[in-house]
Amino acid sequence: MGSPLTGYLVVAALLFSIGLAGALVRRNAIMVLIGIELMLNAANLNFIAFWRYSPHPEALTGMMFAVFSIAVAAAEAAVGLGLVIAVYRHAQTTDLDKLNRMKG
Amino acid sequence: MGITFYLIAAITLAGALAAMTLKHLIHAALAVTVAFAGLALFFLNLDAQFAGFAQILIYIGAVAILIVFAILLTRSELPKEGVFSRTWFVGLAIAAGIFAVLGWAVIASAHALPSEATTPSVNVHDIGVALVGRYVLPLEIVALLLTAATIGAVIVALHEKEGTK
Repeated sequence: MGSPLTGYLVVAALLFSIGLAGALVRRNAIMVLIGIELMLNAANLNFIAFWRYSPHPEALTGMMFAVFSIAVAAAEAAVGLGLVIAVYRHAQTTDLDKLNRMKG
Repeated sequence: MGITFYLIAAITLAGALAAMTLKHLIHAALAVTVAFAGLALFFLNLDAQFAGFAQILIYIGAVAILIVFAILLTRSELPKEGVFSRTWFVGLAIAAGIFAVLGWAVIASAHALPSEATTPSVNVHDIGVALVGRYVLPLEIVALLLTAATIGAVIVALHEKEGTK
């Protein structure tokens, strides 16, 4: 590994894959949301790592993108968990394998 | 790349793996908090103090608490069929394939990545000036988005009226 950036990119790729596997594999809707949060965080790690090793870090581009991404992720978590609570109140379950009323 | 990088990477990845494999939802929420803390350490390690402390405040302070509240409000018992979906091998195969593609892309482009690290001297003052200068329009849009998301989350999670089910 020549560049320290490679290590960060590999860790971010691993984190993204773990989050994706969790979002695809878990039955509980809350765990799927946690997997999506992990994927968003992996993208943020890439933004910050590229910003740190960019030729012009004083332009702040990657850092700003990461900060805005954190804000959007917070909004996504609030709406997503509100939706999970609404679905639970309606169907009395958060098990995604049982929420199949729209299946043809 | 020093020992701190490997230590933080181990903490973060162990937290993420535990979050995705642990059976009990509360244990998974605590494990994902460890992963968020590891990511905040990564940001601090990369000289992004503002993003690191924002990560601690927003993720550990707000999102983790929100997840715990959602778990308590939905009060789901452990399913008898296990916590993983029936088609778990498909999801695992897709995730492994994505990781293979990403890893191949990173390794193949490793020689083109910049290696020198001029430590950026960025303080909160610069970030504040940039936020109200060059990035003022995204800032306003994020403010609007957060307002809409707050109102939307409250409306979505409101009690349904009787008879409208």
